[in-house]
Amino acid sequence: MSRGSFVSVARAVAWRNVHNWFTNPALILPSILFPMFFFTAFAGGLSRVASVPGFDYGAGYTTFVYGFVLLQASTFGGIFTAFSVARDFESGFARRLMLGAPSRGGIVAGYWLSALVRAATTVTVITTVALAVGLEVHGDGLDVVGLYMLAFLMNTFAMLFGTGVAMRLRTMQAGPAIQMPAFLLLFLAPVWVPYALLTGWVKAAASVNPVTLVLEAGRGFLAGEPEKVLPAFAVVSLLVAVSVLWARGGVRSAERAA
Amino acid sequence: MSQVALLARRSVVRTLRQPAMVVPSLIFPLMLLSINSSGLDTATRLPGFPSDSYFQFALAIPFVQGALFSANSAGTNIASDIESGFLNRLSLTPLRRLSLMLGQLTGILALGLIQAITFVVVGLAFGDGIAAGPAGVVVLLLLSLTISLAFGAIGAFVALRSGNGEAVQGVFPLFFAALFLSSMALPRNLIESDWFRTVATWNPVSYMLEGIRSLVIEGWDGEALALGFACAGGVAVIAMAAAASALRTRMVRT
Repeated sequence: MSRGSFVSVARAVAWRNVHNWFTNPALILPSILFPMFFFTAFAGGLSRVASVPGFDYGAGYTTFVYGFVLLQASTFGGIFTAFSVARDFESGFARRLMLGAPSRGGIVAGYWLSALVRAATTVTVITTVALAVGLEVHGDGLDVVGLYMLAFLMNTFAMLFGTGVAMRLRTMQAGPAIQMPAFLLLFLAPVWVPYALLTGWVKAAASVNPVTLVLEAGRGFLAGEPEKVLPAFAVVSLLVAVSVLWARGGVRSAERAA
Repeated sequence: MSQVALLARRSVVRTLRQPAMVVPSLIFPLMLLSINSSGLDTATRLPGFPSDSYFQFALAIPFVQGALFSANSAGTNIASDIESGFLNRLSLTPLRRLSLMLGQLTGILALGLIQAITFVVVGLAFGDGIAAGPAGVVVLLLLSLTISLAFGAIGAFVALRSGNGEAVQGVFPLFFAALFLSSMALPRNLIESDWFRTVATWNPVSYMLEGIRSLVIEGWDGEALALGFACAGGVAVIAMAAAASALRTRMVRT
């Protein structure tokens, strides 16, 4: 398989998906509005929580919430792209694509590129709004790069995981199976308060949830006090590596069915 | 009445036969309740917080969240009737518009009742009960059904106006915005941000939540209940009138 065919397939699939996303309000609006609602509701409605004794995050509650919403927007950029994969299979387009494309790896790479574009767009909108309403970035340039690298690795993980599911089930009814694990991973982390202030079963879940590390590292970058950086990158890299294998299995499953 | 009964039966059977419509509207609100009540329990340490359990405070949220799913279901069902031509065929019968509207929304009320009973049972099993007692549970169910009717009618209006399910799905995030920009997570007097408190004060969803919350936490609070019923009923009446108007326009077209 030539490198050229891989790139041309990836570019064509990415262009089609990005074009569909930007031109279909039913696709682009929920992707941008949902993280925005979360940000607005939590940063605006819950800011008093920062005055609870033991809440020690120097950059303020808006920044604390932004750390979560950034990860959420990136992750769901990947998840929504996996929905597109499922939709393409349901409509029959993906089967034709698999028959016509000389590189099946290029197909996944194309969806991945479109997931990155989706996430970058959503993150740009949310960051602009966050900066307008009081986001304080205390970290330096390197911290900011680290923060967005974590976010885009989460996007890659979510997209590859979701694509693996979508290519195995090949129907839009795979939606809950794609979305639910990502949703649980995100929300069983210290979303609204630092880990030390969590109580009950969510605290127990957060203690073994890999996203807790990623979230805490992201918030550390924002506060200019990087913490748990290496474990966070190790965990998210491992998630990406496993999801690459999972997506490859999905491609093989789809090939057998094509 | 027989016209309404026939359509109502169809609407109830159709709604309850779709697990994809019933299950998420029960599971998602309960899951969020469980996560929120554990993750935000620290908020009860804020001076002036009305309960020492965030679960009790947050128990009102699933009732409204479930109603939002009802709006989506009602809209999707009606849009599918339009897309399949069922509504066109109905327009050839002597069926009255009001009968059609009420019949179509009965399935959503049935779903709303199942949701409300489930949430009450969960509240009784995992929380400190309903402060207003057994009579309060009856009032809570009535308020919850009024809220379901209000959001269901909005869903119906969007479906009748646009004629396609995708538009209903597209409006769904706006319903969630109404929930998020309310006193969902904290009481209004504890919301620090001025603009957010102002939006929450103007948002009728805050009063729906506070009506339910008053029954769960405080017992009988006439003002909170009156505001809750007035807001839910007001939205229901306006949305029903708008949906009836959209239905008239659509039937004239056919």
